[in-house]
Amino acid sequence: MVPLALLLALQAVLPLVLLLVLSWTLRWYYPALLPGEWSARGWASLLSPESRLPEALGNSLWVAAASAALGTALACPAARALARRPDSPLRVPLLAPLLLPAFAAVMGVTVVFVRLGLTDTGAGVLLAHLIPVTPYAVALLTATFERHDGRLEEQARSLGARRAQVWCRVTLPAVWPGLGACLAVCFLVSWNEYLLTLMVGGGAVLTLPVLLVATTQGGDTALTAATALVTLLPPLLAYAALGTRFRVAGA
Amino acid sequence: MPALAVTGLLFGGGLLLAAVQSVGLLGDDGSSRLTLAAYRTLLTDTAFWRSLGLSLWLAGAATLLAAGLGTGLALALRHTAARSPLRWLLGATLPLPHVVAALVTVHLLSQGGLASRLTHAAGLTASPADFPALVFDPLALGVLLELAAKETPFVAVVALAALARLDPRLEEAARSLGAGRPARLRAVVWPAVRPAVTAASLLVFAFAFGVYEVPLLLGPTAPAPLSVTAYRLYTDPDLARRPLGLAASLLLALVSSGLLFAYLRAGRGRR
Repeated sequence: MVPLALLLALQAVLPLVLLLVLSWTLRWYYPALLPGEWSARGWASLLSPESRLPEALGNSLWVAAASAALGTALACPAARALARRPDSPLRVPLLAPLLLPAFAAVMGVTVVFVRLGLTDTGAGVLLAHLIPVTPYAVALLTATFERHDGRLEEQARSLGARRAQVWCRVTLPAVWPGLGACLAVCFLVSWNEYLLTLMVGGGAVLTLPVLLVATTQGGDTALTAATALVTLLPPLLAYAALGTRFRVAGA
Repeated sequence: MPALAVTGLLFGGGLLLAAVQSVGLLGDDGSSRLTLAAYRTLLTDTAFWRSLGLSLWLAGAATLLAAGLGTGLALALRHTAARSPLRWLLGATLPLPHVVAALVTVHLLSQGGLASRLTHAAGLTASPADFPALVFDPLALGVLLELAAKETPFVAVVALAALARLDPRLEEAARSLGAGRPARLRAVVWPAVRPAVTAASLLVFAFAFGVYEVPLLLGPTAPAPLSVTAYRLYTDPDLARRPLGLAASLLLALVSSGLLFAYLRAGRGRR
């Protein structure tokens, strides 16, 4: 058990430690096992006024929050229906985007986006992110609703509660843990998305993964590592906060 | 159902529009002439087949590694508590963006990277050139290792969730009937985790087959995996090559849906 625990600890902290070291490194020549010269230069240029970090961070945050909220809301009715009828023929089209490359669909839909003026806009990126986010939400919420006892709502209805009351007072509290985990995973799916953002957003909608790849190609290792740390921190914090519930669904 | 609007209109409609454009309709220059030229060009080009082969190799090998290692990890951890720190550590890299994981892999596995420095310190290699090329290498081994490392915990976590639903009394009953450890694993535990491992493996395969940013950051360029080749063709400054990118993406989607469908059918037949 001890070697296994060490292995698990190593794979968990290695990316974080390596990026931290790289972000503070000025020179690190082969074959030294530790950097020869340390420097705050990487962080300084990430936080300098010329840096596009605030823009990327802002875009990443609002696009991920909006696609999580929208994807989850859109998925609720579908998930309820699938939970009631597991053999529904709609299961395949609803979940197909999980198994097929979303970028093929975005390549096709771009002509429409161009005509609607959605390319190079945040709204267009948000729509593109819904393609992978929504099926995740459907899959996660279906599992949640399968465990949920629908007779509770019937009882509330028969006691005279209105639809909105039933939803707020009965359904929402009952499915909240699953709904919260679903929001977190959807946020993560959107936060980590790279190619779809690039295709629809071009250079105009900069998110953290897009900034990170661009920085990688610039060749400044310390700056790249610092950018990578900012990119992975929110997912890591979400994981630390949500722990067990979060784990099952994250791909 | 509003969710169907997303999958139907954006995803289904997008694939349909991609198909329409790949056969020469709705062209960027306003031309509309039905032609299968893009498909003919791709299917007679050895570079396309090498790209496809590389993608199949990557996805297949990554899936086998992740499924095998992930199941093994789940079995090793199945008697730990649901909230044990070991399980927390197991899942800690799940939320890591693939862009970041690919970057870390470069610094770990390149010939001047940390692994190479460690083998030098251990006296196994004398120079960077002695360390095997695992990044930008023709077999995309770096991509393969990144995918396997990221997806192994995913399979393990899904398998652990399935094991949590296994009634421990079944194993006790098997033991009291004289079944040894291997027999119990085969007859009680494996049937309980198999559906979960299968489902997780399908997701891993589908993801690895279409992934773009990982081979972009640490994969070979000629031939590149099909996702990278397709996107490169799609964004080629020569607009005449756009239909090639669309056709390559659709062929990728077609192969992946065909394989997944075949696999699901085979799985159903066995049960």
